[in-house]
Amino acid sequence: MSLPIKFRQMLFVLIFGSVVIAVASLAFAYQASLIPASRLINPDELVKILQSAKSERPLMIQVGSHVLYMQAHIPGSEYIGPASSESGLQSLRKRVESLPRNKFIVLYCGCCPWSHCPNVKPADDALHAMGFNNVKVLYIANNFGADWVEKGYPVAKGD
Amino acid sequence: MKKWILRGLALIAVVAGLYFVTRHHGERTTMRSTGTREPSPAPDFSLSDLAGQNLQLLSYRGKVVLLDFWATWCDPCREEIPHLIELQNKYGEQGLQIIGVSMDDGPEPVRDFYQRFKMNYPVVMGNAKTGELYGGVLGLPIAFVIGRDGRIYSKHIGATNISVFEKEIVALLG
Repeated sequence: MSLPIKFRQMLFVLIFGSVVIAVASLAFAYQASLIPASRLINPDELVKILQSAKSERPLMIQVGSHVLYMQAHIPGSEYIGPASSESGLQSLRKRVESLPRNKFIVLYCGCCPWSHCPNVKPADDALHAMGFNNVKVLYIANNFGADWVEKGYPVAKGD
Repeated sequence: MKKWILRGLALIAVVAGLYFVTRHHGERTTMRSTGTREPSPAPDFSLSDLAGQNLQLLSYRGKVVLLDFWATWCDPCREEIPHLIELQNKYGEQGLQIIGVSMDDGPEPVRDFYQRFKMNYPVVMGNAKTGELYGGVLGLPIAFVIGRDGRIYSKHIGATNISVFEKEIVALLG
């Protein structure tokens, strides 16, 4: 049984379009830009929380490069390894597995401009998959130097 | 049929446009030239290259050096590499030396990347101390253009158009 030409053409465009979209989705998969705005926290908001005696202090986890962490990081934050790698994700899961699922956790990286960061989205996805419901990702538009250090926010060095 | 092909192409264009907008949102290219002030000397360092040999910046005095802080996991850094290879090919004989300073946590992925991309300039493994020497490398890529006199003529934070590098290099090569 042969299908009408118009139907075949429509089918062709649908299949072709789906393939293109699927390939593009794979390319977008790790992008920080896909993290919903409701899960982001701006640097100034985080600084206010850290300075407030009343606010719950979050567990802050740096999910980027160790070399960058050694140069500057948020005081009290922990280095866990780049979440773009499987070993980094495993370390992250291990670090939080015993914590209550409503624990306030802030993830950050700042290695690269936001849309290029390969680390924050996999980290955020991993915590949500584990059932954590109070996770925020620090929105660093350009890099940790420009959007945190140069703004005069608190910084620690070394391990 | 032609109409449907056109529709298919339009769909690709929309997806490609979306991809471009998403990828490049928030990207920043900044050039900080030292302007009219006396350019400051490039801090010297001695670091291991991927073969374990020491590379000292001072030994490149007399050449125009493009010092590129990068990492294999950094997308905009990776996108710049083929262009840097081209620049090294084009201006190497006239006195350009590109030096990559990898800020990866270990050399294994860098060695693999170096071979895959057929990089034609030395890459050393950087560390926090090197970053601090250069005012803090707290985001990648960051590149410094150093003149034959060993002074820093410009600093570029973020992805930089290769024509910007080329213009500066040609001016310094003289």
